[in-house]
Amino acid sequence: MSSFGKIVVRIGSRQAMGWTLLITLLTFATAAFAQDAAAPAAAAAAEPAKPDTGDTAWILVSAALVLLMTPGLALFYGGMVRGKNVLNMLMQSFIAMSVITVIWITIGYSLAFAPGSPFLGGMDYVGLNGVGQETFTLNGTAITIPHQVFMFYQMMFAIITPALISGAIAERMKFSAYVLFIALWSLLAYMPMAHMVWGEGGYLFKLGALDFAGGTVVHILSGISALVLAIMLGKRRTERSEDLRPHNLPMTLVGTGLLWFGWFGFNAGSAIAAGGLAGNAFMVTHIAAAVAGLTWVLIEWIVLKQPTALGWATGAVAGLVAITPACGFVGPMAAIVIGAVVSLLSYGAIKMKGRFGYDDTLDVFGVHCVGGIWGALATGLFAQQSINAANTTGNGLFYGGGMTLLSKQAIGVVIALVLGAVMTVIIASILKAVMGIRATADEEDAGLDLTQHGEVGYAGPASGGEPIGAGHGASHGTPVLQPETAR
Amino acid sequence: MVKVEALIRPQRVDEVKAALDEIGISGMTITEVRGTGKQKGYTQHYRGAEYTVNLLQKVKIETVISDTDVEKVVAAIVGAARTGEIGDGKIFLSPIIDAVRIRTEERAENAL
Repeated sequence: MSSFGKIVVRIGSRQAMGWTLLITLLTFATAAFAQDAAAPAAAAAAEPAKPDTGDTAWILVSAALVLLMTPGLALFYGGMVRGKNVLNMLMQSFIAMSVITVIWITIGYSLAFAPGSPFLGGMDYVGLNGVGQETFTLNGTAITIPHQVFMFYQMMFAIITPALISGAIAERMKFSAYVLFIALWSLLAYMPMAHMVWGEGGYLFKLGALDFAGGTVVHILSGISALVLAIMLGKRRTERSEDLRPHNLPMTLVGTGLLWFGWFGFNAGSAIAAGGLAGNAFMVTHIAAAVAGLTWVLIEWIVLKQPTALGWATGAVAGLVAITPACGFVGPMAAIVIGAVVSLLSYGAIKMKGRFGYDDTLDVFGVHCVGGIWGALATGLFAQQSINAANTTGNGLFYGGGMTLLSKQAIGVVIALVLGAVMTVIIASILKAVMGIRATADEEDAGLDLTQHGEVGYAGPASGGEPIGAGHGASHGTPVLQPETAR
Repeated sequence: MVKVEALIRPQRVDEVKAALDEIGISGMTITEVRGTGKQKGYTQHYRGAEYTVNLLQKVKIETVISDTDVEKVVAAIVGAARTGEIGDGKIFLSPIIDAVRIRTEERAENAL
């Protein structure tokens, strides 16, 4: 805990955010190596059981499936922005694979899963100390796979969650500020939330709130943070222009397919075992996504007279979001209702955007936060203890469990909303003061591909134009890609 | 010599090209363009949000012909491109001072 305190102190006292993060990470890495010698003693105290090969194989595969969701998300988002911002949009997802991995193995996994306070893990697993090939126990349950496998399976969740936020701030955020934002957000918002829900002795776990695969931890938390950051960042410069139309919906549909495919690892893998419960989660995941995609298209058929490809894709993802917290606790008929209702709610939430005038560019709030809240509450409506004996809280409201579970689900929702919003305000305010979080108007007009990365996704007019003033020195035979303003 | 610039509906390109081929006009340049005229825009829906599209897709066919072919060419393009609805496009005619065939350096109508 004392080491975690250091992060906060450093952020407050020193202003060079990039270096702060690096130094902090290095400090923890060094501390971890120093502790290495002491750790095996504790692990060797009780001889752990041999890993179950079937369970281990399934979680290895699931980890790869969940990782694939991040490139899937990149394509899903990338197709919806303008061609001049496509690489920046893709990179906002891909860079999370690097940044969060470093954070996770140095300190993140420990903060999320090690024993500590009910709200944050301690330092036992810093630098993956004591996280080896042996099985272990988590909250009294014997985990039948190697600790290491569990650790990197969970890492894939930590990677995609901050990347989800990028959809709300698309086409206008400074890339350096984005990278620092997701790093700090991962430490200050994701790790505490993951610890409360899944970690050893976590507050919501002990309370009996249910979140099978991350409705609160992943979707509500990122969705509310996305909304807050989008408001703090402000709207894009040109709104409602026809040029704001998605530039490549086939890319978005390929991304939807990859997300759906990867989500089987996300949800069914969250059983942390290859068995009946994983099968149930797999089944209801598929059902909810299918029904939600269909429902969205039906809404459009009625309201707009035409079913859209983007509408179907949006509905499918909303269905996947909504079933995430519920998939280990509810049956197939409940999955149909969860899938149908989420499309109605998300469709309504997205329409609301126009009324309030915030620029949640790719509707992260409407899909992930609203879908996540519905999924968390729906778990309190439809949960059946006969599906998962680990649910000791009780049946959902519609299965005779009364309000007990539903009220605990609501507490989980509120905690995720508050934690996400507060941490986002704090982190974004600091970054805004220290370095600025928004690209300049000139950079935004010219496109973030050229101005943040010095390259373009597509040669030709689709890439946008050169920034005004670019090309100085071209007559001397020196190609100038980046404008002065980008530095 | 006259330059013919015909702005037409994208879905009529093949018909117009065939009609020009038929009267012996085989050289032309075709460009995909966007523009606006009497035909107003239309709305598209993305996640329920309305986008009004005012710049419409058209195709520009450019060809340079001899003065004697003008009426024949105009008639061929009109015949192939017309649907009778607003948005069929326009034809612009302008004089050309000279032309050069780069390979042989032939000039004027010999270069066409």
